[in-house]
Amino acid sequence: MTAPGLHLHGDLWLETAPLIRNLALDFPAGRWSCLLGSSGVGKSTLGRLIAGLPGPFRLQGACRSSDGVSLRGQVAMMAQDGQLLPWASVLHNVTIGARLRGDKPDTARARALLAELGLVGMAHRRPGTLSGGQRQRVALARTLIEDCPVVVLDEPFSALDAATRLAMQDLAARMLATRTVVLITHDPLEAVRLADRAWLLSSGGAEALDLPATAPPPRSYCDDATLAMQARLLARLQGMQAA
Amino acid sequence: MIGAFGAFLRGLLALGFGLALWQGVVWASGVPSFILPGPARVAESLWANAAMLAQNARFTAVNLLTGLAAGVALGVATALNLALSPGARLLLRPMLIFAQAVPVFALAPVVTLWLGYGAPSKIVMVMLVIYFPVTSAFFDGLMRLPAPLADMAQLMRATPVRRLIWMQVPHALPSLASGLRLAVVYAPFAVVIGEWVGSSRGLGYLMLMANGRGQTDLMFASLVVLAALSLILFLTFETIIGRLARPGRKGRVG
Repeated sequence: MTAPGLHLHGDLWLETAPLIRNLALDFPAGRWSCLLGSSGVGKSTLGRLIAGLPGPFRLQGACRSSDGVSLRGQVAMMAQDGQLLPWASVLHNVTIGARLRGDKPDTARARALLAELGLVGMAHRRPGTLSGGQRQRVALARTLIEDCPVVVLDEPFSALDAATRLAMQDLAARMLATRTVVLITHDPLEAVRLADRAWLLSSGGAEALDLPATAPPPRSYCDDATLAMQARLLARLQGMQAA
Repeated sequence: MIGAFGAFLRGLLALGFGLALWQGVVWASGVPSFILPGPARVAESLWANAAMLAQNARFTAVNLLTGLAAGVALGVATALNLALSPGARLLLRPMLIFAQAVPVFALAPVVTLWLGYGAPSKIVMVMLVIYFPVTSAFFDGLMRLPAPLADMAQLMRATPVRRLIWMQVPHALPSLASGLRLAVVYAPFAVVIGEWVGSSRGLGYLMLMANGRGQTDLMFASLVVLAALSLILFLTFETIIGRLARPGRKGRVG
């Protein structure tokens, strides 16, 4: 699996009103990029657009992968609530994609992934009996088993407590290292720890900020370069809020 | 265990109070027994007519359960079909909504005219009455799949049938249960109305006959048996649903 890069350009419309004009976004192949911006600017809308999900929006322009292959069936998505099936076991949740397509569920692979994500012995638990962090790890296992080269993460860790969030970021960075990841986040620290490029979104367009690659992700949260970059990002976001 | 026994005692107490009140009204008002027989007299009639009551109750119960099973099966099949096929939705859904506005009980004479005085007209009455609540409750549940799950199904390239089996049906089971609860409550009404309109057997027939002959105590005895039948049906249903929906049940699938 070689992950393609993504390129997206044009005007994004929500129903009959323009949401973001003059978009020109690049998501480098096999890297993490993040979308930052105030609430309602259209981050999640862009995520849905890349994933090919329906909605009251439309892109006047194009969204292409660098290898020219259609993105259909190539994108996996993981969101804040994890979207687990509450009635089904953890193992069933992880293998739901194969069931929905009519393929044979690869339970051996699912168990291996669960073990790798620290969920040994939980295969037959229901999501309701798990903690928030455990549920997000199940959702991550389900995302990974789909083996999609492009992954959209829509604020996947924002409902977790600080320590669990850091652990989940480390885990996700390790497990999704070779894929093209679009990370939608509110959290500048998360952006700096995980992404190589940040896109600051406003209604006028998107501005790229290359994050200092002092170390490969996940970067340490107490590292000077990380903290300096976090401060810079916060200042920029604050400036956008005021404008 | 003590809790269950306590609940039983409380139920017994309430029953005793109700019976005492009933007897009290009979004594205090002095109404003749062909207007309102006291509980003792009804019990006597129950005992004296036990064989006849049992025979007619059996006829009623069999029709009730047959109609219930057939109506539920038909309702579930219709809902699944509607959920899968936009064409069926376009054609059948307005009809379904219109049919709900028709008081189905009013169709009893027509059903009896078409199907005769025997068991089929009672079975069809039960089916008609419960079909719509079961269908619409289950169908609503099937169509109300949460948006995040619908997104997931689309991203995972689910086929429509598998999406139905693995997502919509499990999600709609609580809705189906509330439709079934209505069915279980309505079904005894339906079968008795079917028997009132035209029958030569069953508890509804027995009530009409006893009423016509001034055997009010027998009429009340039939009513007691019918109430017991409905109560048993409802409690059985609640027990089964309670078992199935018990939280923390181990994963059956996967």
